[in-house]
Amino acid sequence: MSGFFKSSIGRKVSMALSAFFLMIFLLQHLTINMMSVFSADLFNEVSHFMGTNPVVQFALQPVLIFGVVFHFVMGFILEIQNNKARNVSYAKNNGGANSTWMSRNMIWSGVAILAFIVLHFIDFWFPEINTKFIQGDWSGLHDGQLRYYHELQEKFVNPARVAAYCVAFVFLGLHLAHGFTSAFQSVGAASLRKKLGTLGKAYAILVPLGFIIIALYHHLNHNH
Amino acid sequence: MNLTLKIWRQKDSSSKGQMVDYKVTDISEHMSFLEMIDVLNEGLVSKGEEPVAFDHDCREGICGMCSMYINGEAHGPDRGVTTCQLHMRMFNDGDTITIEPFRAAAFPVIKDLVVDRSAFDRIQHAGGYISVNTSGNTQDANATPISKHAADTAMDAATCIGCGACVATCKNSSAMLFVGAKVSQYALLPQGQVEAADRVKNMVAQMDLEGFGNCTNTGACEVECPKGISLDNIARMNRELMKASI
Repeated sequence: MSGFFKSSIGRKVSMALSAFFLMIFLLQHLTINMMSVFSADLFNEVSHFMGTNPVVQFALQPVLIFGVVFHFVMGFILEIQNNKARNVSYAKNNGGANSTWMSRNMIWSGVAILAFIVLHFIDFWFPEINTKFIQGDWSGLHDGQLRYYHELQEKFVNPARVAAYCVAFVFLGLHLAHGFTSAFQSVGAASLRKKLGTLGKAYAILVPLGFIIIALYHHLNHNH
Repeated sequence: MNLTLKIWRQKDSSSKGQMVDYKVTDISEHMSFLEMIDVLNEGLVSKGEEPVAFDHDCREGICGMCSMYINGEAHGPDRGVTTCQLHMRMFNDGDTITIEPFRAAAFPVIKDLVVDRSAFDRIQHAGGYISVNTSGNTQDANATPISKHAADTAMDAATCIGCGACVATCKNSSAMLFVGAKVSQYALLPQGQVEAADRVKNMVAQMDLEGFGNCTNTGACEVECPKGISLDNIARMNRELMKASI
């Protein structure tokens, strides 16, 4: 089986499997974040559970980090191989005649998402790791109250950060527009690729749109 | 019609090539694209210049020899045809047409528009066959019933002529449509299923060895394939390799 994952097809399948995992994670992330729009208390409670539950912190979180890193590293490795496979470029190439912009530019939408993840980690993940794992504060409290909702709103005061998040979510949508159905094709489920085309488009629009709505909501409502 | 042609000229595999402009006049819209190149070459020969080298054989869309990248598309702007079946009626008087060889590291240029596609032959040698003893003990073809769907799907895969348009058009120079078609045409039939596991493993290993790129499912190969080979064949090859590796 190790030989399989060294082959071009095996690497393609591994990209698809990590993509499935990340697409499920995105749904979970959106669901929890969306709670912040409807109830600060509910968002605080769920965030505290996710932030302190040992299964989430010590089992699921490392798997998630591995999945994210693997998807990016393998994506770059494959891109480098693909560039080597055509050593002389065409003088004239009409890619738009036979394929979508999204499918031809997965590496660039991926780079935009990677830049966003760096920003997102600086904003939320690194401070959280610092609080819990370096300072050893697992209480989730600030001034006697759960801190998560307040921290979330603080981050979306700056319009430049909100704009950066919204642009990144557009790139996420473009990435998903090809990636959703492409993952099914890669694992050999060609019939699902065709049947789930509409679902894939809906996912690629609604998930990023949900994140954009959350960012804009907190930017416009930070004083409340 | 009168046309300006921008054609890749390269003396041999070790020389550096470049795009060279040519004018052709009085081209009939009923000519095939290769006939238009023939007219150009007759003019070049009459002037004592080196004619443009290009691959061709049957000129009926069957052999898979012609291999030009025309105006940014493998086999030109028409669909479901090879370059030899592309007609000048697809172009307009006064057009500038860019003509390049199929580009891939695994398809090195031999001269002008001629590329070496023997990488495909080596992939075929790695497993694109069935080992049948035909010395007097062949079975009746109808002894093993085959569903119409399987027979039709295998036949569709077998229509691949190995022209290399899939590689040329893929932004990654991936050969997976070709290999997928060859794996599928055998995997769908009982005669091919005996060696299916070894076949897919060996053909994919050879494909990787030749330096083709990785498929990213853009679907460009399916659109540009003159024989309409479907992406389903790539998915089937992926399943076959997974099955063979477990």
